[in-house]
Amino acid sequence: MTDVTTESAHQYDPPTSEPLLRVEGMSRHFRIGSAISRTTLHAVDDATFTVGDRQIVAVAGESGSGKSTVARVLAKIYKPTSGEIYFQGKPLSSIRSRRAKLAYSGQAPMVFQDPFSSINPVFRVSHGVLRALKLHRPELTSQQRYDEAVRVFDAVGLNPGGEVLQRYPHELSGGQRQRVGFAQALAMRPKLILADEPVSMLDVSIRVGLLNLMAKLRDTEGVSIIYITHDLASARYVSDRLIVMYAGHVVETGPAEEVLGNPRHPYTELLVAAAPDPRAPLNASAEAERGEPPKVIDPTPGCRFRWRCPLAIDECHRVTPTLREMGPDHSAACHVAQPGAATGAFQ
Amino acid sequence: MGHALADDKYGVTSSPHHGPTLQVRDLSVEYVLESGIVVAVDKVSFDVNAGEFLAIVGESGCGKSTLLFGIAQLLNPPAEISGGSVTFQGRNLVKLSDKDLAAVRWSDMSVVMQSAMNALNPVTSVGAQFRDAMRAHGVSSQDLIAERSAEVLRMVGIDPVHLKSYPHQLSGGMRQRSMIAMAMLFTPELVIMDEPTSALDVVAQRSLMAQIRDLQQEFGFAVIFVTHDMSLVSHYSNRLMVMYAGQVSEVGPTRKLFDSPHHPYTVGLMEAFPSIRGPRLRLTGIPGNPPDLARPPAGCRFAPRCPEVMPRCVTDPPPQYRVEDTLVRCFLSENAGGAQ
Repeated sequence: MTDVTTESAHQYDPPTSEPLLRVEGMSRHFRIGSAISRTTLHAVDDATFTVGDRQIVAVAGESGSGKSTVARVLAKIYKPTSGEIYFQGKPLSSIRSRRAKLAYSGQAPMVFQDPFSSINPVFRVSHGVLRALKLHRPELTSQQRYDEAVRVFDAVGLNPGGEVLQRYPHELSGGQRQRVGFAQALAMRPKLILADEPVSMLDVSIRVGLLNLMAKLRDTEGVSIIYITHDLASARYVSDRLIVMYAGHVVETGPAEEVLGNPRHPYTELLVAAAPDPRAPLNASAEAERGEPPKVIDPTPGCRFRWRCPLAIDECHRVTPTLREMGPDHSAACHVAQPGAATGAFQ
Repeated sequence: MGHALADDKYGVTSSPHHGPTLQVRDLSVEYVLESGIVVAVDKVSFDVNAGEFLAIVGESGCGKSTLLFGIAQLLNPPAEISGGSVTFQGRNLVKLSDKDLAAVRWSDMSVVMQSAMNALNPVTSVGAQFRDAMRAHGVSSQDLIAERSAEVLRMVGIDPVHLKSYPHQLSGGMRQRSMIAMAMLFTPELVIMDEPTSALDVVAQRSLMAQIRDLQQEFGFAVIFVTHDMSLVSHYSNRLMVMYAGQVSEVGPTRKLFDSPHHPYTVGLMEAFPSIRGPRLRLTGIPGNPPDLARPPAGCRFAPRCPEVMPRCVTDPPPQYRVEDTLVRCFLSENAGGAQ
């Protein structure tokens, strides 16, 4: 498999086979402040990664890391400030007509964080899914639409689908509502589901069921999923690849198990050390860390983690690190990190 | 083990010199709604010893926050205490007048709310809010107020210059830490915390937990910490109380609950969250949803979701059984100890 995530945007070689989604040096900036004191917030800077077929890719980071902005750019809610995104080889910027946009949003639908506010409470849950089917798959007859709605409800574990379709959102639990969200996405026969923190508002006992559903959709329906999360343990549980973001930068990427088992970037090390785990002893250096992610307003070059990093060297204050290969298919953006060994910043 | 002590029955071994800081006995809280009465907290009993860290975990709707508000006497209609007692410093808070309660609140018992964003007043500075709290408890000296305010902020690792800051100028972690500083103004005996870390990122969560533990060691206050994330408290709490559908399903020493949980619900919770280390196992979570408390199941409330359900679980509500120093509300533990 050719993988471009291990290379920075500047030294990119075209892959032999085009991945499902290819993000090339994507940035998204927001202008803030008044006309007099105009400043720019860099929500995402120079993000480069790919998503293959039947792959769950987790984008993990703390609040403000830019992970939700990535999802919104991919959903075409925001336009990227620079860079390009290729979906099945086609640049997203070329999708302009209403028709093309509709087709794209059917192929890459979004599932939102809050199952309580993302479904219209005054209609039965069948309303949302049937409407989406009418809009995105106009070739179906009304009976076919209904059959398809029953099929996707059954597929996401809302059994019996025909009965659950007739319920109102308030008659469903949070976990069931989030399944409705996935069913609506699935009805459009998507290639890629953009799931923005889909389980963070659910109870612990319900969460795993949804994570298992995501894995099932990948395995049986053949969709890829971008799973935006702040929970590394769930990312490890369900995802094939992991992208760790910090203050708008992709700092580490690779196979999820490899990145979390052998983190190379000090920030990933900190996240792993701070993750609550009753089965592991307490990590004292993660407890002592009191720093917070910076707001990236009009940034100067340099590593954005340098103020919190115990290993920061001169270069980190001057040069923005780019992703370097740390192992097979595993790369990190750090001047200090070396292949084959953890930096030991937070051990 | 103080077998002779009456409190032993609630899974607590009191030291002979100090009684428990807080004694909750058969506390019930009801929501009186038009559609009927919902018993959100059903005859809950437990003790908190001096300097102890008790964690209460459970899913949303299990009654953990209602229980907290019941202890602090902060319930608003339609919720009301329908029975039981909350004894703090030898006085039953349920029977106290508002005036007497006002004297206890904040000076001896303080509450840290879930969302510091909403709990702090956005239009006044942090220092002004500290000053209000101290004035309300009869401290009028400006110097004393300024001195103590700076001191508590320093205790939680915030530079006292932030007394002049407004809440929006602080980060989420700093806001939550200043709430804890505010709770420390009068060095209380008991600090009640309702999910204080739920809005924070993992790194900030971890450092806040360490901070609470350090303050507790230094000043010796007891903590009741409510959370839905049991892995968060695994290293910090002395005892863990698991609630399900308004009842205590299991309570005991934290380490024991993690190492050998007895109640099928506790077992299910332990196996519901993936780990960041160790082998990657397939998890199942707990199928189903918690019961509607307006119509609780006749027998065990967990029976509809329980993988080990027996015929009698559906008809008879199980009592609490004692297994060593753990209390378990499950018939499976019947032979391990006597009913309470």
